[in-house]
Amino acid sequence: MKNFEFLFTAWMVVWVVFFVYEVSVARRISQVRQELEQLKQQLRQG
Amino acid sequence: MRTRSIFTIFVTLLMFAAGYAALFIAPDEKTMHAIQRIFYFHLPSWIAMFGAFCVVFYANVAYLITRKPKWDALGVSGVEVGVVCCTVGLITGPLWAHPVWGIWWTWDARLTSTFVLWLLFIAYLLLRGLLEDPEKKASLSAIFGIFASLDIPLVYLANRLWRTQHPQPVILGGQGSGLDPTMGRVLLLCVIAIFCVMILMLIDRYRLELLRNECAELRFEIESHNADTQSFGGAGSSASTANEPALPKAVR
Repeated sequence: MKNFEFLFTAWMVVWVVFFVYEVSVARRISQVRQELEQLKQQLRQG
Repeated sequence: MRTRSIFTIFVTLLMFAAGYAALFIAPDEKTMHAIQRIFYFHLPSWIAMFGAFCVVFYANVAYLITRKPKWDALGVSGVEVGVVCCTVGLITGPLWAHPVWGIWWTWDARLTSTFVLWLLFIAYLLLRGLLEDPEKKASLSAIFGIFASLDIPLVYLANRLWRTQHPQPVILGGQGSGLDPTMGRVLLLCVIAIFCVMILMLIDRYRLELLRNECAELRFEIESHNADTQSFGGAGSSASTANEPALPKAVR
């Protein structure tokens, strides 16, 4: 298949960009959740 | 949480189906052959981007009218997701252009206006990072977001209004435009798949922003509690008010 490398790269770009972004959001969510737990604990301890 | 997991699995399967259809089911285009199949990822990423930036415009206007933080959260979420979709479009475009045009990039009206749109929303994200006061941050971002959104119709109309190196519209392009029915169905599947990915990312990003707001509220509560205990041993409401850190309305 002619120009297959360009087609394959484009297909990989779609997956990689979306996947990396989703993972980064998931990581940020877990970090904020941890922070939220710490703050709640801090608040309970007064 | 269960619904979200089901939706994630559904979107992943849809993406695999769309990829399979684009690579193996769609018929070969007569002149460009295999490289034309990039179109099945390229166009849907732009449609998803337009969707995300329409959400941004709506959320920013809603924020300026209501001043509710949830609209600001939706606005910034839409911008980030829109920039991601725009990045995919900006990378897949040159990957198609190089074998077809012989160049990676040209400064025609469509490409330039798209690049400007990408830069504008990157600037939006940078602007948010520079501002400390949440209320000011939300207001300025909303105004800037609306201003940046004005480039969206320009991007859409660029290859209709001006002669561009970028191909003329294939869909809704008037006489002589249109797609083979199988190509049309494959394209529709790809548009649905990438649009669903955009919605999934938007939901997650919005959740993150709401959690951040919740964190800011708790931090404020702790700070005001600490200020209370420091001033006159925590006694006297007037003293505690004087030391209370100001929480901007955007977080309240």
